[in-house]
Amino acid sequence: MFQAFHLFQMIRSSNKGERQISSNPLLSIKNIQKDFYGNKVLEDISFDLDRGEIVGLVGENGAGKSTLMNILFGMPVIQKTGGYKGTVQLNGKDICFRDPVDAIEAGIGMVHQEFFLIPSFTATENILLNRESTQYNFLVELFGDRLQKLDRTAMKERAIRAIQTLGVDIHPDTLVSEMPVSYKQFTEIAREIDREQMKVLVLDEPTAVMTESEASTFLTAMKRLAARGIGQIFISHRLHEILEVCDKIVVLRDGKVIKNIPASEATLRNIASWMVGREVGTTSFRRARSADDQDTSVLLSIDKLKVDMPGERVKNVSLEVREGEILGIGGLAGQGKLGIANGIMGLYPAQGSIILNGKPLPLNNPLESLKAGVAFISEDRRGVGLLLNESLKLNIAFTAMQVKDRFIKRLPGGIKWQDWNELDASAKEFIDRLEIRCTGPDQRVVELSGGNQQKVCVAKVLAMEPKLLLASEPTRGIDIGAKQLVLEVLREFNQRDRTTIVMTSSELQELRSICDRIAIVYEGEIVGIVPADAPMEDIGLLMLGNKLVDEPTHA
Amino acid sequence: MSKKNISFSSLIISNIVPLIFLLFSIAAIPLSGLTPTYLVQEMVTRLGRNTFLVLSLLVPVMAGMGLNFGMVLGAMAGQIGLILVVDWGIGGIPGLLIAALVATPLSILLGYFCGFIMNKAKGREMVTSYILGFFINGVYQFVVLYCMGSIIPVSDPELLLSRGYGIRNTMALPGLRQALDGLVSVEASGITIPVISLLVTLVFCLLLTWFNKTKLGQDMRAVGKDMAVADGAGIPVERTRILAIIISTILASYGQIIFLQNIGTINTYSSHEQTGIFAIAALLVGGATVARATIGNVFMGVILFHLMFVVSPLAGKNFIGDAQLGEHFRVFVSYGIIAVTLLLHAWKRRRNLLAKQEGKSEENREDDVS
Ligand SMILES: Nc1ncnc2c1ncn2[C@@H]1O[C@H](COP(=O)(O)OP(=O)(O)OP(=O)(O)O)[C@@H](O)[C@H]1O
Ligand SMILES: [Mg+2]
Repeated sequence: MFQAFHLFQMIRSSNKGERQISSNPLLSIKNIQKDFYGNKVLEDISFDLDRGEIVGLVGENGAGKSTLMNILFGMPVIQKTGGYKGTVQLNGKDICFRDPVDAIEAGIGMVHQEFFLIPSFTATENILLNRESTQYNFLVELFGDRLQKLDRTAMKERAIRAIQTLGVDIHPDTLVSEMPVSYKQFTEIAREIDREQMKVLVLDEPTAVMTESEASTFLTAMKRLAARGIGQIFISHRLHEILEVCDKIVVLRDGKVIKNIPASEATLRNIASWMVGREVGTTSFRRARSADDQDTSVLLSIDKLKVDMPGERVKNVSLEVREGEILGIGGLAGQGKLGIANGIMGLYPAQGSIILNGKPLPLNNPLESLKAGVAFISEDRRGVGLLLNESLKLNIAFTAMQVKDRFIKRLPGGIKWQDWNELDASAKEFIDRLEIRCTGPDQRVVELSGGNQQKVCVAKVLAMEPKLLLASEPTRGIDIGAKQLVLEVLREFNQRDRTTIVMTSSELQELRSICDRIAIVYEGEIVGIVPADAPMEDIGLLMLGNKLVDEPTHA
Repeated sequence: MSKKNISFSSLIISNIVPLIFLLFSIAAIPLSGLTPTYLVQEMVTRLGRNTFLVLSLLVPVMAGMGLNFGMVLGAMAGQIGLILVVDWGIGGIPGLLIAALVATPLSILLGYFCGFIMNKAKGREMVTSYILGFFINGVYQFVVLYCMGSIIPVSDPELLLSRGYGIRNTMALPGLRQALDGLVSVEASGITIPVISLLVTLVFCLLLTWFNKTKLGQDMRAVGKDMAVADGAGIPVERTRILAIIISTILASYGQIIFLQNIGTINTYSSHEQTGIFAIAALLVGGATVARATIGNVFMGVILFHLMFVVSPLAGKNFIGDAQLGEHFRVFVSYGIIAVTLLLHAWKRRRNLLAKQEGKSEENREDDVS
């Protein structure tokens, strides 16, 4: 496979020679500087992108990757915060876009870190948003082109073609709100592919919401686009993806380009240390569980749970979680591992019985679940539920205030009052503990980088002091250095407050490093529960649906 | 949450407002002692007279701008058109057409202004347009009360106040009265049907349905759902919103002309005032919300709201012996339903906020215009 890929690259570079008439690179970024109200984010960034080339852009959370891409794409936020310095050249010509429309017309496409889709529109409508196929009618002469009628049949055909290029199977009439997360991402990418004149594609963490198998489908699609001569800038915190698909790697740190090297000269380990500026230990920690911990009482008992979550259906899950343990849920994409937590939380229609702490938990009622002491970190990035325009501290406290009456002072007469001091203090503690990169507790969450927003989500659920924490993909979008940190904080809460954690993750390594037991889901059912130190082969077999003959007794 | 089979109870809940009004009317009709023929006649007349005004509200809802009180501006433009036409002494259909011709540029201007202001007040469109209505009302009064007859020439002294300038409080529309309704009217079992008015309304319904299928319609829906996404896709958000308001004001001005030709007189300084309230109330009675309104809601609303309108004074009189009570009742209901809807909307928004915190937005369920 790897060799085949090299061959592929060679063919591609030989093609490149013919295609390149001028010696100009396709896209050239020169001495870019950008600050947000005096906070310097990019100090001096320069690199080139050739036709058909894939550049991997890596750096810590808040290093400025998304900011750089927003500059390229002419996102309004850049102008609103005072513009930037430096030049960007496309085909040797200086470009400076006032807004995304200019960028699109010039042939630059962007897949945003957050979904840029309209949930109540279908896949087709989203893919062709503002580029719909239309039919002429006479009123156009009077009122202009926008009165052309939409040609739904042609639109559908185009959508299908774009989806097929990606090699996925999405029905063009599916509403985006009913898609599993990864499909949303594919839809977003299909939208870029539909553009005929697209020359440069900017991909800001497209794979963050995907499982490993979906990601590999996606990487294949990227290679196909590269073969068509499209230059791509690819941002990801999963460094092995960067190594697999990129021709060149650019490492950002402290607003500068620290490294700009061919991918063949990099290894996972040294990319990570360039990013962080120190050696990153990949040593995993495992909880030492004392023997008497093992027979604590059962906190959560699930019986015959069925969850109707699109793309992640749970068919029949029965499970017991002991108080104070960390249970991991793993499995391949689409097998239903994500459905379990969503079902417990009441976010998708569920049947069966759930008993929490001796009391039955009402199904299909998120508010009741919250009140019963369940907190949820959602795998759905757009829906992670941050109030983007509100301050960091309000976001951390919001649910805790609503559900638990935390951070609330009661005045005589029963009037509730927000306790700003306590709110501040708690926000500051989380900022320190999770190393959230921000200007302070009052900064609005929109202004944080994607990874730091994810950290706010983690802080938010911890502030609720839940009995049961459902963490689905808690380290999604978080850089390789900070991943460890987030997991450590989760473990600390688990040990200090005896918070029971059910963690769902598509990264096995992550599950093995923090969990006590790991349950593997296959076709909507649990095929086995193994201790975290079980041999990799066993887990691998389970994931493919092979039951272990000799299941460990304590599972 | 993604349940496909809609249960009976949820069907009732989602249509609760029209149902309440239906039940109320069914109870009140016998009390009022009105004959079925009379009621049907009233409904037919009012369908021809009021539907167009209510239709003008649909486009801004689609563009996510809520129920647009800015239509009152269009109503004023329509009235100015009528006043001038009466002065010029043009009657009949040509008179109506010329009134519409005069009203159109005025509506465009006012709509542009209104849209412009609403772009500065995103998310608070309803209140903004309501306040704006008051402000423009001042301008309207200034124009009609001071400028007409002094700066703007008015040749017919009959129209003017005795002091020599300013239009009278009430004004008959001699040549225009029922010009449209009477053009072709059919009698069927004692009921007069204003064929042309209904036809014009119908044609505009078809036009709106067609408009829904155009690129501009799609853009408006996108802008209404998520301005940031629409903006990112290169849809000119602010321009689209302004267009939505302009379309609404133009339609409202035509609507007001149709309305007044049926009535036959203009209350120069008050005809337009209740136009907005009554049209919005009718739409809400028809089951529309701030985020979702269909042509079906319009017809349902006009019928139910006006049924209540016709029936309640007499029912009040026969039941309690006080016609005034029924009168108060219908005004109370109009304002009441708008207030309740706004409250409901605020409450839903708050709940969605909480739901969003839990990881999923419920908004998608309730914001489509078909
Ligand atoms: N609109 C804004 N206003 C103020 N500061 C901002 C704004 N947007 C980004 N920043 C700041 O700029 C820095 C870089 O953010 P950026 O989103 O580019 O990071 P990133 O490299 O994409 O990180 P991640 O890997 O977490 O997505 C962050 O410290 C962030 O807080
Ligand atoms: Mg980012």
